[in-house]
Amino acid sequence: MSQFYMVIDVAKCHDCNNCFMACKDEHVGNDWPGYTAAQPRHGQRWMNIQRRERGQYNRNDVAFLAMPCQHCENAPCEKAGNGAVTRRADGIVMIDMEKAKGNEALAKSCPYGAIYYNEEIKCSQKCTGCAHLLDSKEWTPKQPRCSHTCPTGAMQYFNITPAEMEKKIKEEGLQAYKAELGTQPRVLYKNLQKFTKNFIAAGVLVKGDCFENATVTLKGAGVDATQKTNFFGDFKFDGLENGEYTLEVDAAGKKASCQVTIKDESKNLGYIQL
Amino acid sequence: MGNEVRLTNSTTGGPVFVYVKDDKIVRMTPMDFDDAVDAPSWKIEARGKTFTPPRKTTVMAFTAGFKSMIYSDKRIMTPMKRVDFDPNGDRNIQNRGVSGYVAISWDEAVDLLVSEINRIKRESGPSAILSSPSSHHMWGNVGYRHSTYFRFMNMMGFTYADHNPDSWEGWHWGGMHMWGFSWRLGNPEQYDLLEDGLKHAEMIVFWSSDPETNSGIYAAHESTIRRYWLKDLGVKMVFIDPFFNHTAALHSDKWFSPKIGTDHALSFAIAYTWITEGTYDKEYVATHAHGFEEWADYVLGKTDGVPKTCEWAELESGCSAPDIRALAREWAKKNTYLAAGGLGGWGGACRASHGIEWSRGMIALATMQGMGKPGSNIWSTTQGTPVDTEFYFPGYAEGGISGDCENSAAGFKFAWRMFDGKTTFPSPSNLNTSAGQHIPRLKVPECIMGGKFQWSGKGFAGGDIQHQLHQYQYPAPGYSKIKMLWKYGGPWLGTMTATNRYAKMYTHDTLEFVVSQSIWFEGEVPFADLILPACTNFERWDISEFANCSGYIPDNYILCNHRVISLQAKCIEPVGESKSDYEIYRLIAKKLNIEQMFSEGKDELDWCEQYYNATDMPKHMTFAEFKKKGYFVVPDNPDRKKTVALRWFAEDREKDTPDWGPRLNNQVNRKGLQTSTGKVEFIATSLKNFEEQGFIDEYRPAMHTYVPAWESHHSPLAKKYPLGMLSPHPRYSMHTMGDGKDSFMNDIKDHRVLVNGHYYWIMRMNSIDAAARGIKDGDLIRAFNDRGSVILCAQVGERLQPGTVHSYESCAEYNPLGKPGKSADRGGCVNILSPDRYMSKYACGMAPNSTQLEVEKWDGGIYEIY
Repeated sequence: MSQFYMVIDVAKCHDCNNCFMACKDEHVGNDWPGYTAAQPRHGQRWMNIQRRERGQYNRNDVAFLAMPCQHCENAPCEKAGNGAVTRRADGIVMIDMEKAKGNEALAKSCPYGAIYYNEEIKCSQKCTGCAHLLDSKEWTPKQPRCSHTCPTGAMQYFNITPAEMEKKIKEEGLQAYKAELGTQPRVLYKNLQKFTKNFIAAGVLVKGDCFENATVTLKGAGVDATQKTNFFGDFKFDGLENGEYTLEVDAAGKKASCQVTIKDESKNLGYIQL
Repeated sequence: MGNEVRLTNSTTGGPVFVYVKDDKIVRMTPMDFDDAVDAPSWKIEARGKTFTPPRKTTVMAFTAGFKSMIYSDKRIMTPMKRVDFDPNGDRNIQNRGVSGYVAISWDEAVDLLVSEINRIKRESGPSAILSSPSSHHMWGNVGYRHSTYFRFMNMMGFTYADHNPDSWEGWHWGGMHMWGFSWRLGNPEQYDLLEDGLKHAEMIVFWSSDPETNSGIYAAHESTIRRYWLKDLGVKMVFIDPFFNHTAALHSDKWFSPKIGTDHALSFAIAYTWITEGTYDKEYVATHAHGFEEWADYVLGKTDGVPKTCEWAELESGCSAPDIRALAREWAKKNTYLAAGGLGGWGGACRASHGIEWSRGMIALATMQGMGKPGSNIWSTTQGTPVDTEFYFPGYAEGGISGDCENSAAGFKFAWRMFDGKTTFPSPSNLNTSAGQHIPRLKVPECIMGGKFQWSGKGFAGGDIQHQLHQYQYPAPGYSKIKMLWKYGGPWLGTMTATNRYAKMYTHDTLEFVVSQSIWFEGEVPFADLILPACTNFERWDISEFANCSGYIPDNYILCNHRVISLQAKCIEPVGESKSDYEIYRLIAKKLNIEQMFSEGKDELDWCEQYYNATDMPKHMTFAEFKKKGYFVVPDNPDRKKTVALRWFAEDREKDTPDWGPRLNNQVNRKGLQTSTGKVEFIATSLKNFEEQGFIDEYRPAMHTYVPAWESHHSPLAKKYPLGMLSPHPRYSMHTMGDGKDSFMNDIKDHRVLVNGHYYWIMRMNSIDAAARGIKDGDLIRAFNDRGSVILCAQVGERLQPGTVHSYESCAEYNPLGKPGKSADRGGCVNILSPDRYMSKYACGMAPNSTQLEVEKWDGGIYEIY
């Protein structure tokens, strides 16, 4: 049968927070019996948007990772829930508000930090994928509130078969966040490297002017890539793993090379003057 | 979802479907169109592709979370009187802002208010009553300030605190003298530029422009899709902004961060490069510009000995000379649109000491590249959709139920359709006219505390270029000084400049009575003697169109992908004992014995119907049908004549766009711009005349000149206060709308930060500046200068050039740690730190983006100053 999936494009998210606000609009002050108790007014982030700045002034960028419950196929919370956490037939992971009462360990079991303990009602809570809406025939948008208010198309909901999703994952290069945890999330990311990996960038100057169409080659840590500089003489190699790299610049015969180390930080090399 | 009813409403951040159950708002969402009944969307063919917009509206974050403002413990639930205020005895004026409140009934409140109004009118006349609304309050054309507020206030009589053109400033005081557009306060028209851009653009330079943050104004995220279209076509996007803004974060191919107050150094260096390399449109300039030769000599340094080279600009701005030169060369080579400001006009750089010359610099560069020709224009990607401009539905600034032609755009079209003069009548003003009494909003404290003041221009001076040069004084000859203030909303402390002045003003003994009409207990509301609880537009009836304010932004629904007209349904009963503004005025009008003239026996829904019938809506459906459906998508009009902005000027034709100006008397043979030469004036004839009459403006010379900012890294003050602050319009809130109020927005990580139980406003700074001061990300800091101190949370990163800090203006909260107006604020009103100085002696705009300050880790002190 068709299943619940979310696809979130890191390159298209600019932290507008519409998803975060729509989530609170739907869940704060509203109990959805059979799905979840109301979210407290403040403090819980069922949609948790994380920010990461990369590089140094003024070759820098910023990426945002919007993170709801990952609705894992192999969900650690399922074990911690002692029967209170179940996966629906469509793959949405649900917490039974009655059975989960008093189980603080459940909130702590999520490696993504997506479960919150509500002190007032003594129960763990999280994103339900707006299952109460998806189950309602009257809900004409037919998608969760977060993706419905997303203005850039960064966040998309799919109700498709696992085979269709497999195809999508391959075609669009989708990845799980923290795939190494092995939890097999139903929320998958596009352009995840903007959040998890690093870049090397610089500008090429020849005789005090920006040099367009210089050939720049980067080798190392499994990379062998070539770029042409743009009209600002700029280049940027993105998606780099930690490691040692050799950078070579050829600006119409004028050449330079240098060694660059990437260790958890992107590098703005400034200008390479030839 | 059983038993929920789906109603419609609208906000400054987009129209919404509102789901209501048992007199409770459950949720609100953007509007999805129904293909079975809603009209099809427009299509644009360009470069072999077809572009058509998504079949839904968009919303801003504060709209998505509006429910938390409606249901908030910051709502004022009953009328309240200051506990130690006795109108017949000791008023304890010195305790305003400190003493508490006691709940009173509406009858008591109205009795107190009306007795004070009548007393003051008998003693001093209506001019002794000052009133001022916030700029962007509850959406809706009947309930808006130009409408219900003016209808009542004009009948009661009052002195209006004239708003300065706070979003326009440099375009108004500078740009208007260069190219006219006074009816747009100096901003350019933007008609049909989307199709022009999709067909021709190769590069867009976003200069002080962040459309992902404000999409022009009121238009939520409508333009977001269009920038993706342009990117997909391979259009390069370059950003010039001290802050690496949110649109840049999505799309930038290059980012320039000029030091605060130096944007115009870049524009002069670009012009220098074009002049020396001969890469500007010489033919166009010869026929469309006035004073260019003399100006070019100045640019080259022939007249002042300072060639405005890219190397010179690097020293001024901190941006690299090779990068500026590369930009200038690419700009000359490629079809380049200049997105100056977020609207097409506006931008933080215009609200600064150098705003006059920055705005003129933008017009100069666009002119030098043949502005108006295909592939060259000022266009910010936010306006210019091909929606039907022939369908008439007015915006909020067209007067609504006031018909006040003097203080709104009612006189252009709407008043004559709205009032028949037999059964229903407008409410004109005799006091708020050019010969009546005025107070400039920025100088209310000087007027109240100093007793007299002189200035130029009556607020938004749109009637003619010279109107802004008109000299005013307070009190106006023969009129009374102010004795009473009736504040409508409470945003002055967050939105004006050097705002400790306002807090101090409230305790001045000449201010006998202060009433605040407000929805929330915030800002300066706790300074009032009497508080009247108003309700939101979700608790009353209204009618409006998505983003359509009109007035000084004619036809600005072209910001939206569709024209969407909404009935704003009364979704719930007013919370607590609050009332709609209309019902509050009706109650007071009854006691003033003017209720029949004010209401004409109508409630708000009746006015909505009269309003509806004065528009083109009845061509499509009756009011009853509209009331049932709740919204209407205006159909695409394939017969509409497409008229690209300024193409008529480039081609020396009669103006053919649907724009509201120039007036016929400002043109010769119906051609040319509004300036006296009809051309783009690099030396402004209006300012030259002004100079010859003896008015010398040090910071606004007749010729477009590199005038260094009066508060910047150049000024002596920078030795003590080395950091320049950029304070743009906020990202998540609409000015104070959405902030504070215990709303969901407090939890947005990039809006406020929770530290030890208090939500702090954020200041962003470069890692180098932070390290030099021992400041880490998340630390509480004190930003300060001689004007005061504000306690903020530091966000350390790379999105600013070292030496520049960034903090949004317009926080809604004011939390002085000690005496109000005299101690550090931890609400986040960074405008406490901005200068109250006018841009220039006779250019009476604000310059909040000309602020020097210092920052240190906060030691917990309250920092009282006297």
